[in-house]
Amino acid sequence: MKVKVISRSTDEFTRERSQDLQRVFRNFDPNIRTQEKAVEYVRALNAAKLEKIFARPFVGAMDGHIDAVSCMAKNPNHLKGIFSGSMDGDIRLWDIASRRTVCKFPGHQGAVKGLAASTDGRLLVSCGTDCTVRLWNVPSSDLMETNDSAEKSAQPLDEYVWKNAFWAVDHQWEGDRFATAGAGVHIWNHNKSVPERSFEWGTDTVISVRFNPGEPNVLATTATDRSIVLYDLRMSSEVTKLIMRTRCNSIAWNPMEPINFTAANEDCNCYSYDARKLDEAKCVHKDHVSAVMDIDYSPTGREFVTGSYDRTVRIFPFNGGHSREIYHTKRMQRVFCVKFSCDATYVISGSDDTNLRLWKAKASEQLGVLLPREQKRHEYHEAVKNRYKHLPEVKRIVRHRHLPKPIYKAVALRRTMTEAERRREERRKAHSTPGSVTTEPLRQKRIIKVAE
Amino acid sequence: MGVEEENGTLAKIVPSAEQQFSDELDIKIKKYLRGEGADLEALRDKKLKGQLAVREDLYGKSAKAAAKAEKWLMPTEGGYLEAEGVEKTWRIKQETIAREVDILSSRNQYDIILPDLGPYTLDFTSSGRYMTVGGRKGHLAIVDMKNMNLIKELQVRETVRDVVFLHNELFFAAAQKKYPYIYSRDGTELHCLKEHGAVLRLQFLKNHFLLASVNKFGQLHYQDVTMGEMVGNYRTGLGRTDVMQVNPFNGVLALGHSGGTVSMWKPTSSAPLLKILCHHGPVSALAFHRNGHVMATAGKEKKVKLWDLRKLDRELQELPCHAKTLDFSQKGLLACGSGSRVQILGDFSGTQNYSRYMNHSIVKGYQIGKLLFRPYEDVLGIGHSMGWSSILIPGSGEPNFDSWVANPFETSKQRREKEVRSLLDKLPPETIMLDPTKIGTVRPAKKKEKPTKHERETEMEAAVEAAKDTEFKKKTKGRNKPSKKVKKRQEIIAKARKPFLEQHMKEEEQLSRKKQRISEVELPVSLQRFARKNAST
Repeated sequence: MKVKVISRSTDEFTRERSQDLQRVFRNFDPNIRTQEKAVEYVRALNAAKLEKIFARPFVGAMDGHIDAVSCMAKNPNHLKGIFSGSMDGDIRLWDIASRRTVCKFPGHQGAVKGLAASTDGRLLVSCGTDCTVRLWNVPSSDLMETNDSAEKSAQPLDEYVWKNAFWAVDHQWEGDRFATAGAGVHIWNHNKSVPERSFEWGTDTVISVRFNPGEPNVLATTATDRSIVLYDLRMSSEVTKLIMRTRCNSIAWNPMEPINFTAANEDCNCYSYDARKLDEAKCVHKDHVSAVMDIDYSPTGREFVTGSYDRTVRIFPFNGGHSREIYHTKRMQRVFCVKFSCDATYVISGSDDTNLRLWKAKASEQLGVLLPREQKRHEYHEAVKNRYKHLPEVKRIVRHRHLPKPIYKAVALRRTMTEAERRREERRKAHSTPGSVTTEPLRQKRIIKVAE
Repeated sequence: MGVEEENGTLAKIVPSAEQQFSDELDIKIKKYLRGEGADLEALRDKKLKGQLAVREDLYGKSAKAAAKAEKWLMPTEGGYLEAEGVEKTWRIKQETIAREVDILSSRNQYDIILPDLGPYTLDFTSSGRYMTVGGRKGHLAIVDMKNMNLIKELQVRETVRDVVFLHNELFFAAAQKKYPYIYSRDGTELHCLKEHGAVLRLQFLKNHFLLASVNKFGQLHYQDVTMGEMVGNYRTGLGRTDVMQVNPFNGVLALGHSGGTVSMWKPTSSAPLLKILCHHGPVSALAFHRNGHVMATAGKEKKVKLWDLRKLDRELQELPCHAKTLDFSQKGLLACGSGSRVQILGDFSGTQNYSRYMNHSIVKGYQIGKLLFRPYEDVLGIGHSMGWSSILIPGSGEPNFDSWVANPFETSKQRREKEVRSLLDKLPPETIMLDPTKIGTVRPAKKKEKPTKHERETEMEAAVEAAKDTEFKKKTKGRNKPSKKVKKRQEIIAKARKPFLEQHMKEEEQLSRKKQRISEVELPVSLQRFARKNAST
């Protein structure tokens, strides 16, 4: 006879000294966990509720400007600093961590319309309606660290006067060129007082310009003639021109997929395009109820933030048709500029009410250094929520956002309008000869023509 | 040449060992896969297909990781009893086993004789660390089974019919003469659950925090012990019974009735989920396997039947065995107790064919009332008319416990943390259903609601054709006349057609009513004040 029974001595299964950690034994056998699916579902539900409870995205406002914030620039070389320019010609450098002004750049007479920092983070370019471009030295980061409350003011390195007012500026990712937009597109050099090159296509004002992060010589602009134009500095003229039904206010390249860019349009939508294939948008991002004023990609390239004239900031996934998040406060007015921070954890918005606002990119994210256990717990919650996101109860909780009343009403109104439009289209189609009426998808509908 | 040969033989040997290892791993992986993967071939949505393929791949990987980690995570081996030569396992006595095993285990063999307050019933906590016993004549006690300490003993001076632990050892419920009561570990009476009435049997649903009871009048009560809310109160309508068992797999409660039926209940419906006629006499005991698929029932007609709950049309096995109480162990051994004999059955072939494994007789004249395997130990607790006993059943318990599920060496701090955690994971009563894996899955596409006109017509025609072909009996005395026959046939055809026509008429009526509702034109707002409020006024 061979016999053995389970026999556990207490010493083997408990800790030796009271200072030791408790011993943990695992058995992943599904049979000892009954109803694990139901338990998981309840956990997903709880995780969704917890997420809602901890969703406190607003970190703080940065006030100091005395007029509307018109443009912002982030310093690619310094995580904490952000530049902002306002309508009264004031430019400030902010320390995001302490939410204070570190340095002022006085000098512009009219509104500052464009700000850009060079990739090495040493130079700031500003331009405005006073027809000047100014170059500034960015104060070194150790100066920012010093904790004196006195704001410093800087003198411009250079000041170039040109013929027309400027609307936007952007710095090349590598190299020392920058482009200004206004009556035309001008390419400047750090050490020349007149533009190197000038492009003009049509007579309308160019309102935004962005260099491609992957290819330093490619840039995209939008103009008031409702066009998006791609330029290549190595060629003598423009590459492609795309004309849409309404104008685009701003444009942003996806930093991880530099062939794609997203344009913020007046018609409340954002359009993602592949630069090689402009006859159809890759994705239409709908949700805003008024013109989208500015757009900026997260450095991860997975999502972007938009600011709109409807007084809200929204965060969209790069390939999703609807926003993941909406941020609004009672006091925030028209949003003119938005930026994603360089570590993708914060969003900064500048609005008509002279404030810069700092938001968390993930509304319920826990700030600060996390313990490994906390990290694991967050990951687990995220995973179960993702697993049961299709179930009605979880979906409802995760999707629900409180909207300001005007936005809520505008959304409903827009829905009725689009629905009516769709119905009319359908009926027209039903009552005409088959094939004579074709419905264009929304991705193509808003494009008028593409010119090479 | 020689080197080559060596290489050749090596190549032959190595894969076989690897093969064996991978086969073992495959069996282990299967356990963690929790059923078969989804059939992705049928999907037409390419994006979804891609996403699901990634998900399935992830499941496979995690199952593999769990199977591989088993070697390191599960240090304890299970118990076993093997006969050698002409020995038979069922002839091996407890005394022989006691001589072979270590001292620590042999301490688990004992008899506590308390002749005055008997018959005893007992319950273990889910970790198997604590036991509560209840004597019919009012004796309640909690025992720490690790060091055999009597934690608390009290005399309620009332009949005690059943005792059950709540979620941990701090609380237990006792079904007394008129009402069930909840006591704390130190013997303080916390609650008297008057709504339950004179309860015969109590069960606690651990995941849902529900205390279920069946009383003298066959009423079933579910009470949430966290908030005190009465979740369900149903009359079974099948008479008095004291056979009640929760299926741990899905939380469904089974009742065995005197008519030989077993009915299954959930707290959210007043009708039983299903009723099965299991025995020709009264059902005397019920037990569920831990995997939730096998149910054992015992009838007073001296039969024990095993059922597969996924296929209930006939029993898996019928054993000629008298049982007053049944219990499944964690490893799937079945204990049947009646009179003063305990019989342990086991499924050794893996084909759900139970054969005898061990036998044990307690002192003649003692009547066994309750058998319960102690979780995570090779021990069977026996409550009988003269006290309680405990015997060793090698291979009955799960050798490896999970500290986060049930920990026999739990400290009070861990217990407090676990209580909070389990309360956060408390399941709503709606999650009790026959197939708990359905939660989170997609409901299969509904059938077409209305048959089309053509379908309905063809169906009616088929029914009419079938009616036409009916053969008539040969009648006598003028009733067999051709005219009568024709009349009769017409009647039958009309009868066959009737339900279809009625259905059609009903639909028409509904449609017309709907139309009428739409056609009632609403007056413009400016004229509404002139309209009559009511036709009569």
